[in-house]
This record gives sequence, C-alpha cells and structure tokens, in this order.
Amino acid sequence: MATQRVRIRRSTPPFNPSEAPEEPEELLEITLRVNGTEHDLEVPGRRLLSDALRHDLGLTGTHVGCEHGVCGACTVLVDGRPSRSCLMFAATAQGHEITTVEGLARPDGTLGPVQQAFVECHGLQCGFCTPGFLTTITAYLEENPDPTQEEAREAIAGNLCRCTGYQNIVRSVCRAAELRREGEQQ
Amino acid sequence: MSTRSVGDRVQRKEDPRLVSGQGHYLDDLSQHALAAAFVRSPHAHARITDIDVSGALDVQGVVAVWTWEDLDQTHEAAGQPLPMLIPHPSITAPFTAYALAKETVHHVGEAVAMVVATDRYLAEDAAQRVRVEYEVLPAVVGVETARAAEHLVHEGAPGNVGAYFEQELGEPGPRIDAAPHVLELDLDIQRSASMPLEGKGVAARWDPELRMLRMHSSTQTATGLRAAVAAKLGLSLSQVEVIVPDVGGGFGVKINHPWPEEICVAAAALRMQTEIKWVEDRREHFISSAHERQMLQHVRVGFDDDGVILGMEADVWHDHGAYLPYGVIVPLNTVTHIPGPYRLKNFRVSFTSLYTTTVIVTPYRGAGRPQAAFLMERTMDAIAAELGLDRTAVRSANFIQPQEFPWDIGMLLQDGRLGIYDSGDFPASLDKLKALIGWEEFEAYREQARAEGRQVGIGLGCYVEGTGAGPYEGAHIEVETSGRINVATGLTTQGQGHQTVFAQIVADELGVPLDDVHVTTGDTRAMAYSVGTWGSRGAVMSGNAMLLTARKLKERALRIAADALEANPDDLEIVDGIISVRGAPEATIPLRTVAVLANPLRYAFDESAKAATQFGGKADETKPPIPEEDRPGLEETQFFSPVRTTFANGMHAAIVETDPQTAEITVLRYAVVHDCGPMLNPMIVEGQVYGGVAQGIGGALYEKMEYDADGQLLNASFMDFLMPFSTEVPHIETDHLETPSPLNPLGIKGAGEAGTIPVAAAIASAISDAEGFAVTRMPISPSDLWHLRASRRTDRTDRTDRTDQTDQTEES
Ligand code: FES
Ligand code: FES
Repeated sequence: MATQRVRIRRSTPPFNPSEAPEEPEELLEITLRVNGTEHDLEVPGRRLLSDALRHDLGLTGTHVGCEHGVCGACTVLVDGRPSRSCLMFAATAQGHEITTVEGLARPDGTLGPVQQAFVECHGLQCGFCTPGFLTTITAYLEENPDPTQEEAREAIAGNLCRCTGYQNIVRSVCRAAELRREGEQQ
Repeated sequence: MSTRSVGDRVQRKEDPRLVSGQGHYLDDLSQHALAAAFVRSPHAHARITDIDVSGALDVQGVVAVWTWEDLDQTHEAAGQPLPMLIPHPSITAPFTAYALAKETVHHVGEAVAMVVATDRYLAEDAAQRVRVEYEVLPAVVGVETARAAEHLVHEGAPGNVGAYFEQELGEPGPRIDAAPHVLELDLDIQRSASMPLEGKGVAARWDPELRMLRMHSSTQTATGLRAAVAAKLGLSLSQVEVIVPDVGGGFGVKINHPWPEEICVAAAALRMQTEIKWVEDRREHFISSAHERQMLQHVRVGFDDDGVILGMEADVWHDHGAYLPYGVIVPLNTVTHIPGPYRLKNFRVSFTSLYTTTVIVTPYRGAGRPQAAFLMERTMDAIAAELGLDRTAVRSANFIQPQEFPWDIGMLLQDGRLGIYDSGDFPASLDKLKALIGWEEFEAYREQARAEGRQVGIGLGCYVEGTGAGPYEGAHIEVETSGRINVATGLTTQGQGHQTVFAQIVADELGVPLDDVHVTTGDTRAMAYSVGTWGSRGAVMSGNAMLLTARKLKERALRIAADALEANPDDLEIVDGIISVRGAPEATIPLRTVAVLANPLRYAFDESAKAATQFGGKADETKPPIPEEDRPGLEETQFFSPVRTTFANGMHAAIVETDPQTAEITVLRYAVVHDCGPMLNPMIVEGQVYGGVAQGIGGALYEKMEYDADGQLLNASFMDFLMPFSTEVPHIETDHLETPSPLNPLGIKGAGEAGTIPVAAAIASAISDAEGFAVTRMPISPSDLWHLRASRRTDRTDRTDRTDQTDQTEES
C-alpha cells in the first residue's frame, strides 16, 4: 500500500517562510557556583541541572542514567547534600554551592579519600555510576565517619550500579572512612 | 628487578581517570553536534498510512526531519532492511527491521522518523509534533500467543516461527521409555534485559575535506559497526572510522549492530555534511533496544535408581521479538549448554524461535545459558526429589569425571565449531562448594531456624560456559623511543579492566614496568581487524594475542640488542625495561634505545632521534640501514585464532529464607566456586563474579518486562522495572579452582558472564527447598510465591477428591 508523506526539509529554517516558526525559548541569566567557581550562563527555564553541568559547563563527570531520579548516577552535592541533578532545574540551583565529582579531589589534585578507596577496592567497573556513588558517599561520611558494613550498604542503597554487584562498593565505603581518619591524624 | 604482575590483584589503570570524572563516554563527546531524536511507534503492530512532519518543521532550531525515503535517497542499501548478522541454517524466516519503518511497525518503540535540531530539547519537542497515522494490526505477545499463531507478526513467517533446530544424540526416546523412572517438567522464564547504566549512543561526523566519516559509538564492536555502516552508506571501508570511547556497561545489548540510530545518524551526517549525535534516553532503551531470556521449556527425562540420566528430551520455545538481526545465538546457546557438567549421551533437543510484536532479543550476559542451567538444574532437583536423594548426590552421579576430558558433547556451538570441554574438575568444584556453603551442616541450621519460626532452604546450580569463542583477535604493540609502550587491540571494553589485564600480560612478557604500557581498545584506526566483546572472550582472545605479540616483539628487540651488545640473543634478558646479558650486568641497553636502533632516521627532532640519524650511531657500512626482510620501528602485530571454544565452569549455592506470612524472599548466603583457569587478575575475576551474581539475582527475583496483551511495555522505567540495589544483593563468598585450558598459551578461560548463569537455578532450588514444592517459573516475586502457595493449598483440597492427579515436578 502506498504511503503518503509530506516532503521534508533538510536545510536550516525557515522551511516555509510564510509560516512563522515558533517563538524561540526565553532564556534566563543565572549564576551557578560549582566546585568553588562561579559561572554565568543563559539557559531556558526548563534546562536540567545535569544538562547545564555537563553540556553548558563541560563538567561531564556527572552522568545521566535514567533522567527520572532512580539510578543516582547524576548525584551532585548541593550545599553538601546529595541531590539528583536530573530532577533539578539549573535555575533552581542558583545561589547554592554545587560540588560535582570533579570537585572531590584533594586541594593538591590527588585523589580524595573516597576516590582512592574505590581504586583500592575495585569499587567500579565501567565507571558510569561511579560519580554518583562518590558524591553520595562523600556526604555520608561527613555524617557517619565510621560506618559498619551494614550501614555502608544502607548508605549506598539509593544508587544503582549494574556492574560491580555492590560488594566492593561497600568495602570502598569502609576503606574511605579509614583513609579519612588517617588523613585527619596526619 | 621487575616483578610479574599476571596473577596478582593489580589495581586498575583506568580507575584514577574514571573516579575523577575524566572518563569519556559517548555523551561527553561532540558537545557541539546537532542532536537527533526519534519518533517511535506507539503501537505494537500497525501499518503506517501517513506521516506529516510539517508541525515539527515549525519548531525553532529544527534542521531536518527524516523518514524512510530520506535513507533510501542517501543510498539504496540504507533503505533496505538491516543485515541479518549471523545467519544460521535453522533460520527459516529471516526478518530484520528498516532503520526507519517503511510501511509497517512491529513493536512499540520502533523508529519511524528522526528529527535533527540544534539542541536535544528542541529535537524532542519537534518529535512530538510529527503526526503519524496508523492502521492498527493485532499484537502478538508472549510465547504462547506466538505459538498459537492466530495472528502473524510477519506474513512470511508461518506459525510465527523464525527458526527451528533439532538435534539428537544416541537414542533418547527408547532409553527414556525403558528407564525405571520418568519425569516431565514444564518451565517458564520471563523477559529481562542487559540494562547498562549508560544507554546506547552514537555521534557521527562527516569531514567533507577528507571525505571521511568518523563515528563514535557506545558499541561492543567497532569493526563490525564500521563494516556495516560502510556497506549501508555506500562508502569504502577506508572512508569510515569507528572509535569506541569509555562505555558505561554493555552486557550484550551493545553487541547488536548497526542499530537503526547508527545508520540514521551516520546517513544524516553524510547528507548534511555535518556532525550529529544521538543519545538514548532510558525509556527509549526499554522500548527500542533489546531484551532477552523469555523461554518456555518442556523436559522428559528417564533415569535409574541412583539418579543417573539414561535419556533426555528437551524442547524450548524462545520469544525473539519482532526481528532477528542477531540470529539465533540465544536459543542455540541454550540448547548446546543444557548438558552442563553432566554425561548426556542420549539426548534430543529442539528450539523453536518465535516472532512476537515486542522488542528484539540480543544476548544478555549469559546469552541463553541461564535458561539452559535452569532447565538442567531444575531437572536434577526433580530427579532427587523423586528418588528421595540428596541433590548433590544426583549431580555427582552424573558428573563427567576429570579423566574424561576432553569431553565431546556432540553438538556444534554458536560459533559453528565442535563443543568439546577442554578442562575442569566437577567433583572437586562440588566439594569446595559444599564446604563453602556448609551443605552438610544445613539440616541442623534448618531445625534451629524452624524452632525460631523461620523457614529456610538451600539450593545449588551448576553450569559450564563455552567461552573465548573465535574466530580471532589481534594485538599491536609498539615501543616508542621514550620507552612508552603502546598496545592496541580492536576488541572494545565496557568496564572489564582490559586496559589493566592486557597491560599486565605485555609488561610481564616484555619485562617492562606496568606503568609504561598503555592500552587502546576499540579504535579501528589502531587495529582494523577485530570481532568484538561478547561471550566472555576478551581475555582469552585479545589476552593471548597480546602474549603472542609481546613474545614476537621481544624476540626482535633481543636480536637488535644482541647486535649492539655483541652478544648472543639467547643470553639476553629484559628486566625493568633494560636489556642485559645474563650474568654480566654491566653490558646493558635500554629497550627504548633498541627502539631508536630499530628505526634509522634522517631527521633529528629530539635527543633519541639524533642517535638514530646517519651521523648519530655507529653503522655497518656493508649492510643497508634496514636489513632485508626487516622493517623500521620496534613494533609487532599478531593474531590469536583458537581451534575451538574454551569451557569455563562453576557452581553456586544459596541459602534463602521465605517469610511464612508475607512470602518475602531473602537470600541469606550466597557461595560461588568458579573455574576459569589461571586468573590474570583475581581482583578483576572476582569483580566479574560479583557483578554477574547481582544480575543473576535480578533475573531470579525481580527483573521482568511486563507487557500487556496489546504489546505495551508497562514497566519501561527504573521505577517499575526492578533491578537490585545494594540492599537486594547478598554478600558473595567465593572460592576458585584453576584447571588450565590446553587450548591457548595462557591456559585461560573466560569469566565475564559466569556469575549470572546458574543464579536463577540456584535460587529456585533454594526456594523450592524452603517451601517443599518446585518453583518452575522465574523470576519469582513475593506475590508470585504467595499465589503459588495459595494455589497449592487449593490443589491439595482438590486432590483429596481426585486421587489420580499427580504433580510430577514436586519436590520434598
Ligand atoms: S540520572 Fe538522575 S537519578 Fe538517574
Ligand atoms: S560500574 Fe558500571 S554501572 Fe556501576
């Protein structure tokens, strides 16, 4: 059976000058403070924080696995608290202190304790979920610097990892706690 | 002194980059490319009567809207159906999809049109404004509906059958009929999916000056994609480069290629002379990528009083979805893996692979083998129940013995080669497993739990896995004059630690520090010959290619060094990158200097180059700068191509608790004994096992694609399709057995999928043990278990009236 189709435009707009294209989206001027640096940017009101971080600021360490708030790959710290950047508008994050995985290194550029623990304990495989775990655990250890294995397992229960089976991530949490304490003693 | 690293728990070289946010996944690239979004069918089966794209074109920022005609106009082959990648004689009706639907759609989510815009948000806005009119046709969902064939998915596939395969060894029928005991079982496994945390994605850039297409894709095969795209777009192979960046998990779904989106994006980049990127969102992944696992199984088995199988027949019906682009690897793996670690000489097996109007099937970690293990292990448990024997005793009675290797199963595998088990020691593995889980002590524990009002059960599952299939993989190693060693294999990587284990092999063989070795994977510019990453083959294939290449390179380096040191190559060794005469430590030459000597130069661009110029080093005036049959540079390429597949094996055991009221199922303990031959890096092998078991737990207890009768996937989100979080995955205890394979120089067997294969079988065994009746359908949720209990209570009431009814699959 014959399919009727409308001819298709392949050039840049406007396709049919007699029909006005939709209004361009209104842009908001916002300032995002990320890892201690302020960035001025213009974004549509609907721009997700995850997209603003990744695509507008080039901080691609934050990942997007579901865009509906379940997997936790996009977790960043907002004023020190883990938050799903895929469930937040960039404009809403204005005025808050945002920390991404790029901001977790020690001031001298070496790996932070949670990052170091993941390397030591084989806490990652593909590494896609990892930034979300690293930010979540960093915040958690502020609250509970000496977790038991069970507490560590509970602490990461909001993040999905499809690769590691979690056992080594639990070990990483406990090892990170140790490294933090060693760091404090020095 | 350089130390060997193969066999050690070496920390991964890729990790410092990945933990600091410096990974480069597909969506991190081509940030300024145009964005593609797809219009997808809302119907499971329908004829397209009209497509109106005018509304989409009004959206500010939209650059183009494509339908099938645009592909057809780009190149004739682009308008043809996608390739049938792995033809097999069993395939009677080979249907594959068009990259954009031509006249009919066969599942919800099938791509109908593509929108290209300056921004992803705008592309999605516009996609919603494309109006497609459909004439809805009847959906065909699930094995039973497909088998009934009241409606056909494709007119050319009578009975909805895409493939039928049957194989008979010995004389199963008569042996079963003559056996003292006969049982029949019906089993049922549901759909699940690989579900990597990073979805699929592709970016394509046409360079009009070089007339080259450069593609980045989140794929498991760079070379396969390159060849497929070149063929579809009418480009020469040399005009297409495919580079696979960091990949956020694959587990099988990313082995299929080319995906419709890869063709559409590449074709549009070519036609529009620009760069375009598409990144899949999660819902798209659910409804337009691939699933696996769904199968109905029927078994008839005859056995003696010790539980020794005398004859067996198995028939499986596989739901392969709307199209068959990756062939019948999944059901073929199932039927060829049913024998597992057991002597099965009188055996008939068949599969019927059926079309349904649902998402296609491609391999998902284990690729058909979890279904095989489920079938065989449920059968073993049923035999034990029938005879009142210990479940491990029945398995022991059937095991192939260590002295019986190599063991020929009498079937051709999915690679078209003989299935012959190379090595293993099943009795030893079972002993280790029983010790690890405390099999003998369990009855005492059960009593103790019962006294506390708790209900527990123990179960096990055994398997073998054909791993390391050919045809080949290669390696290229080059030594730079700085001492940096660049290593490449065409194989891709999705988190298995290839950059570490391949470097370990090369560093050991060459005698150089691990830090000097840098591994590139999945880049057709660095290695244009490769097959791909699937079927637990990475380490076996590329690992052995690395070894062979490093050996050859070392031989060459020592030959050149021997000339320079005026020594015999046989007396030389390389330690920490320094070549020296054994026993004469003062006569040395660094490997990097050999790289200088290997490449006589005209131009002195740096210090090492200066040494290699015609006035730099001492020269033998009687010989050409490069001897005959030699070539410049210190580099080598070698390929490894094995005669046949290796076989890894293992055994899992689980202890579960089932709540008497709520039917909640908790895995209390989980133990794994695993044999993949010598471990290159035990930390990574264990990591693969842990991850595999977690996916297996998902398949056993949670993961199920819920389709309604109209072919709508009801749980296409992470909210509704349950994958295990940390709280659902038990701690896993592991033990290893290392029986080397005689089939490759490293003696290794693959380990990537092993963790997943017997989990559903082991968990079903444990739940059955706790409940006192057989679990025959997976996954099993608390409500499934609750209903099972309820229906059994009704059954029992019925049975007092009708005593002729027997449940042959019942276990005590
Ligand atoms: S991407 Fe934000 S939670 Fe999954
Ligand atoms: S490491 Fe791959 S998803 Fe967690």
